[in-house]
Amino acid sequence: MAEPISNEYVRKVANLSRLALSDAEVDEYRGRLAAVIGYVERLRELDLTGIEPLTNVGDTFNRLRDDAPGPTLPNQTLMKMAPRSVPPFVVVPKVIGEGGGA
Amino acid sequence: MRAAMDVDARVARGERPPLAGVPIALKDNICVGPDLNVPGDAVGYGGFTTCASKMLEKFASPYTATAAQRLIHAGAVIIGKTNLDEFAMGSSTENSAFGPTRNPWDLSRVPGGSSGGSAAAVAAGIVPAALGSDTGGSIRQPAGLCGVVGVKPTYGRVSRYGLVAFASSLDQIGPLTHNVTDAALVLEAICGHDEHDATSADKHVPRWSQLAEMPIERLTLGVPRQARSDSNHPEVARVFEEAISTFTSLGARIVDVEMPLIDHGIAAYYIVAPAEASSNLARFDGLRYGRSDRAAPGDDLFDVYCRNRSQGFGPEVKRRVMLGTHVLSSGYYDAYYTTALKVRRRILAEFSAAFVDLGCHCVLMPASPSPAFGIGEKGGDPLAMYLEDVYTVGVNLAGLPGMTIPAGFANSPKLPVGIQLVAPAFDEETMLRAARMFERASPGATARPPLTA
Repeated sequence: MAEPISNEYVRKVANLSRLALSDAEVDEYRGRLAAVIGYVERLRELDLTGIEPLTNVGDTFNRLRDDAPGPTLPNQTLMKMAPRSVPPFVVVPKVIGEGGGA
Repeated sequence: MRAAMDVDARVARGERPPLAGVPIALKDNICVGPDLNVPGDAVGYGGFTTCASKMLEKFASPYTATAAQRLIHAGAVIIGKTNLDEFAMGSSTENSAFGPTRNPWDLSRVPGGSSGGSAAAVAAGIVPAALGSDTGGSIRQPAGLCGVVGVKPTYGRVSRYGLVAFASSLDQIGPLTHNVTDAALVLEAICGHDEHDATSADKHVPRWSQLAEMPIERLTLGVPRQARSDSNHPEVARVFEEAISTFTSLGARIVDVEMPLIDHGIAAYYIVAPAEASSNLARFDGLRYGRSDRAAPGDDLFDVYCRNRSQGFGPEVKRRVMLGTHVLSSGYYDAYYTTALKVRRRILAEFSAAFVDLGCHCVLMPASPSPAFGIGEKGGDPLAMYLEDVYTVGVNLAGLPGMTIPAGFANSPKLPVGIQLVAPAFDEETMLRAARMFERASPGATARPPLTA
């Protein structure tokens, strides 16, 4: 699973992470990410045949609750939290049509 | 002030809340809402909860975490928030966007992390108790480095509602205090089922503060051979061996156990935790709340996300989000994530073997491999920093309760060293009783740092 990490690959992962990195950051993070990715390779030494993955240690799954409306935060509060709003709406860039790339 | 007067009024009415008037600080990733009147709550609709991140520098939470709410119910007065590594990612509190916290024992050294502010505040005597959060050792490692008691409860014991999520299957809130009894009292207040957290366990919460006074007869402690590693700092190794002798003098039986996966825990952790973090931190887009920069003309939504997140997150958070994105990306998922989850099950099996097959009440390990290190000393080498948590991450991966207690001091320079006890799931009682036995037998281990100007 280990391949040398290129600057191009670092940019690709940054894009997937919705991060814009400077050239200096790309250089620095490439080395640090490679060191950590190289380190976790040691898991390949282990014989894991027949072992089920453990996603969560809790023994409760799919706990159901009544399908009834509960209290919600008032719109007024949410509008105060949003950096840009035209109550009762949060302002975001245009997402449909040309320029809607996300 | 108002909160303290509220408690006075309750006491005057004949109530006897168990933590009446006790000032408690919260790690600043635990939300407090407008109702708590915490100092710094200036915005009217909420209490500042920054996660030590520029992303949330001006964020105020509109609601209160269950753990904080329960402290208030128990009569505690929340007096403020403490510093941390940004979004709890780090082992030194150097990754805070607002500057590092220093170790009260030596101001040139780190307090550990990520709950370094909480550990330092308790060690310095500013508060008798603070809450931290522990995803891979973030309560237990700083407790050890600052010479205080720190408890990570069993996964599910404390509601995570209102704790800003880092890695949801590992995160737990817990107390940092001067002694075992105080830790037990705070635990009694914050543990218990909460309908707002689907992973919170519906289990009875015992009166640990009283139960802890009962010594365990024929105490059996498992000591992993791998915890006596040559890579431990020699002074940590010395204090650890002395702690084993103290337990032996109390009549404890020490059993050697093999836990080879201690050497693989960090690797599994640095797949699972960043994977969950990359998903949890995707919510910070700077649109609904958090840091937002003016969009440049022609920016589309993708550009706005990238701009806000790149300005808001610090370097370690960016790296962990990217690491998580990498290990979850198509083609790598099985090789990394599924493998790490299999290792996770084997780590749990290693602990279970010690408890069930070898009859150990607890597993005993150092809290961390070295005493407090210098500010800036490990900043350049991520792996050196990550290995600080070699003895703590496995406990999170296995979901078990673990706690650090002060065990003594490294010499020249004099710095606190902690030991860690780990117990079976939901058996905090056994862990606290063993810890109290040790505490009673080692009065010199719980000194306070000298006050320096």
